[in-house]
Amino acid sequence: MNSYLKIDHVEKSFHSGASETRVLAEITLAIAKGEYVSIIGHSGCGKSTLLNIVAGLLPATTGGVLLENREVNEPGPDRAVVFQNHSLLPWLTVYDNVRLAVDKVFSGSKRRAERDAWTLHNLDLVQMAHARDKRPAEISGGMKQRVGIARALAMEPKVLLLDEPFGALDALTRAHLQDSVMALQQKLGNTVLMITHDVDEAVFLSDRIVMMTNGPSARIGEVLNVPLPRPRKRLEMASNPVYLKCRQRVLEFLYERHRFVEAA
Amino acid sequence: MNMPLRKTATADVPAAAAAAVADVLRLTPPKPSYLKMRLVPQLTELAARVIPPLVMLTLILTVWQILCMKPGATLPAPSKIWSEAYDLIVDPFFVAGPQDIGLGWRVLTSLQRVAIGYGLAGIIGILLGTIIGQSVWAMRGLDPVFQVLRTISPLAWLPISLAAFRDSQPSAIFVIFITSVWPIIINTAVGIRNIPQDYRNVAAVVRLNHLEFFWKIMIPSAAPYIFTGLRIGIGLSWLAIVAAEMLTGGVGIGFFIWDAWNSSRLSDIVVALVYIGMVGFILDRLVAFIATIVTRGTAAN
Repeated sequence: MNSYLKIDHVEKSFHSGASETRVLAEITLAIAKGEYVSIIGHSGCGKSTLLNIVAGLLPATTGGVLLENREVNEPGPDRAVVFQNHSLLPWLTVYDNVRLAVDKVFSGSKRRAERDAWTLHNLDLVQMAHARDKRPAEISGGMKQRVGIARALAMEPKVLLLDEPFGALDALTRAHLQDSVMALQQKLGNTVLMITHDVDEAVFLSDRIVMMTNGPSARIGEVLNVPLPRPRKRLEMASNPVYLKCRQRVLEFLYERHRFVEAA
Repeated sequence: MNMPLRKTATADVPAAAAAAVADVLRLTPPKPSYLKMRLVPQLTELAARVIPPLVMLTLILTVWQILCMKPGATLPAPSKIWSEAYDLIVDPFFVAGPQDIGLGWRVLTSLQRVAIGYGLAGIIGILLGTIIGQSVWAMRGLDPVFQVLRTISPLAWLPISLAAFRDSQPSAIFVIFITSVWPIIINTAVGIRNIPQDYRNVAAVVRLNHLEFFWKIMIPSAAPYIFTGLRIGIGLSWLAIVAAEMLTGGVGIGFFIWDAWNSSRLSDIVVALVYIGMVGFILDRLVAFIATIVTRGTAAN
């Protein structure tokens, strides 16, 4: 497989004083262009750490991340992140939050009017153009996350990194937003790496699911292909045998072979 | 206020139903006048705010009048102040000679000094606070020094600054500066240290440079803290200018009090105190007002 994004033998240790904790061990993963990959694991297994390393927000202790065969070790708009808690700047309007990223990323390549149009286009993609002049405090959690997605998409990233993007939302909003993200990915062909702890979400959205063992020294336990054709319909999935089988596999991995001991 | 309008709406329904047998009787609601709709509630609101302080003020003045009316009283009664310091009270901006000017002019002179000293304190305080908030080493080195320096009384700085500047004007400004800069530094540093990691991550992904990060993330994010410091600072500088001017002389309101004391014009002193209080109050409110405008987004989160 030709790898677009490659996580190559990444290890991560945290030092506190004399003690050293190895969080991630020997993570190697290749992601093809346009692929939607989810990383699932129990909380504390280091999946967010892995995403932060890919984003360049954390340095890997050993190993590295390659994007189009070039090493990336600092953050940049080519790997835009949608943060779990939206991370919109509360003093800026919805429009200005997206515009900040657009202005910075396209300062050399787009003129003022084009940047304005591009900002509005991306707000339109997530159906948030109507709230362009509102501040984050004035819109709902789901809407904030939509704006966060618009901000990430507006950077035209090579890889879109989603850090539990639906984790803080209620079930109905979450389902609605998952449909939106899937439709957008279908339309724009983004390469996506998503962190999640929701089995249904992982199976529904992904082409491949990477299951991580429990930390410390978490590693990739299993990689599951999800051979479901797209577009996928939520209602049809509930009775689709392939969907159910994939779901079963992930559940078995998480709750039988790698039970989260501390939570039990 | 919409009550009369709503009543006609419900009254119309049975009237329309009965239209086949009877003429529709349109009820025209009495048009609520502007006076009733807007003016009366506003006036009530205003009265509720204005009357209680006025009552208290009258009460205080009355008690004061009674206490100081006796012939041997050491302090002047309000009525005596009114008659003795009449020209100071009614006209703040008269000019009758080089040292005989209205209190408005004196306050403006003092405010000018405060503006320079406080302005410098604001700029330097925010910059130093940013450095201390950003850099662990700067904080470790400077924080203990600042914590000691900030406890020194404004007036204790005066002899040193007089010796250094050899002039009363820059010395007074320096005292203002040195008094008000500490809370600005310390609050800014706390604000910068409390910038959520999320905002830093966003800035890193978008690749803001240092200057953009300072203007677009740091300052807005720390603005509520910075304004807390600025508000404490303006209060302190107004406290300090009066004390400093009493010692340095010149035209300011502080020196006026000292001068009045030396010529036993107690009534003038009382009027000057009222001026100082009012101006201090206005300054505080001014900074608070600017703060609500500037931090409108940040404070809401």
